[in-house]
Amino acid sequence: MPSATPTTLKVSVWRGADEGEFQRFDVPRMESQTVLDVVIHIQRHLDATLSYRFACRVGMCGSCAMTVNGRARWTCRTHVTKVLRHADDVLEIAPLNHLPVVKDLATDMTGFFDKWRDAKGYFAGQRTRAEPAARVDPASPARKAVDAGIECIGCGVCYASCDVVAWNPDYLGPAALNRAWTLVNDVRDTQQQARVAAISNDAGCHSCHTLGSCTERCPKSLAPTASIAGLKRLNGKAPQGALE
Amino acid sequence: MKAAVSGWRVQRISAMVLAVCVTVHLITMIAVVHGGLSAGAILTRLHGNVVWGLFYSVFVLAAAAHVPVGLRRIAEEWLGWRGPSVFAVSVLIGLMLAIAGLRAVLALTGGPL
Repeated sequence: MPSATPTTLKVSVWRGADEGEFQRFDVPRMESQTVLDVVIHIQRHLDATLSYRFACRVGMCGSCAMTVNGRARWTCRTHVTKVLRHADDVLEIAPLNHLPVVKDLATDMTGFFDKWRDAKGYFAGQRTRAEPAARVDPASPARKAVDAGIECIGCGVCYASCDVVAWNPDYLGPAALNRAWTLVNDVRDTQQQARVAAISNDAGCHSCHTLGSCTERCPKSLAPTASIAGLKRLNGKAPQGALE
Repeated sequence: MKAAVSGWRVQRISAMVLAVCVTVHLITMIAVVHGGLSAGAILTRLHGNVVWGLFYSVFVLAAAAHVPVGLRRIAEEWLGWRGPSVFAVSVLIGLMLAIAGLRAVLALTGGPL
């Protein structure tokens, strides 16, 4: 490690629920240290009562998103050096915005996932397993639109970054609408009318102000803003040729 | 009181009408001014003109439909004012705009010179 790098990292961690305060910790500075490494160190070596959520540590599961120095991030893939402008700055770790805090860094994501359900963000098909699989041309425009949005890991970073969610608690949010858009473009799906009705209201895609924070912050570099724009262009009508 | 039609639909349709009306209005204004017509001459031409009367009535009604939805969004998102009360007040503002606007149209096209 270069000699200029301090050997300890000043960390400020949210303790409590919706009411609470930041607690200071000093954590040994490591090379290639991620924000999740810092949280794990605190919980294992400094204060075993710290609550947080993680699973895969490799950016697949979407469990570990937190607010790091004011910005929602996936902590397992965020290096400390990426967040701190100066090596001796304080690393501030807080729970995600716009969701109730269960304890410390763990939020209650029920509302977030309920909105996926409300946006009809789940697949409903026609064929049984006895039938052959549907053939979808990978080069078709619909399938390409699905590809652009399908890699969402459900981490909630976009939802926590969206000002419209803050202003209108009923707003379905970027993740649910992005999922709806991938299903709108799924030629096998059979609930297109119901989905378009679910997202074409004042809590749906038309409430998006195209601020772009979701697209800016998405750790998977998806563009929910583009997906929502696609939903707006439907004008409240199901795509042509949709199955019923 | 629950809106039978979603606000976004009202706003989008009225916006399409307004886009046409504003364009026609501006082009006409510029053409008339360049043509050198006086205010009196314009009033004389408008008087009894059913086509312009209808055009500006549609313009006023589109604006009166468009404004309440936008005001309601601002009230909901910036002031946290939601529910039936904000709906009622925004519709009242829209009605007042419609009355004031239609009175002006009547004065221009139908009233005494």
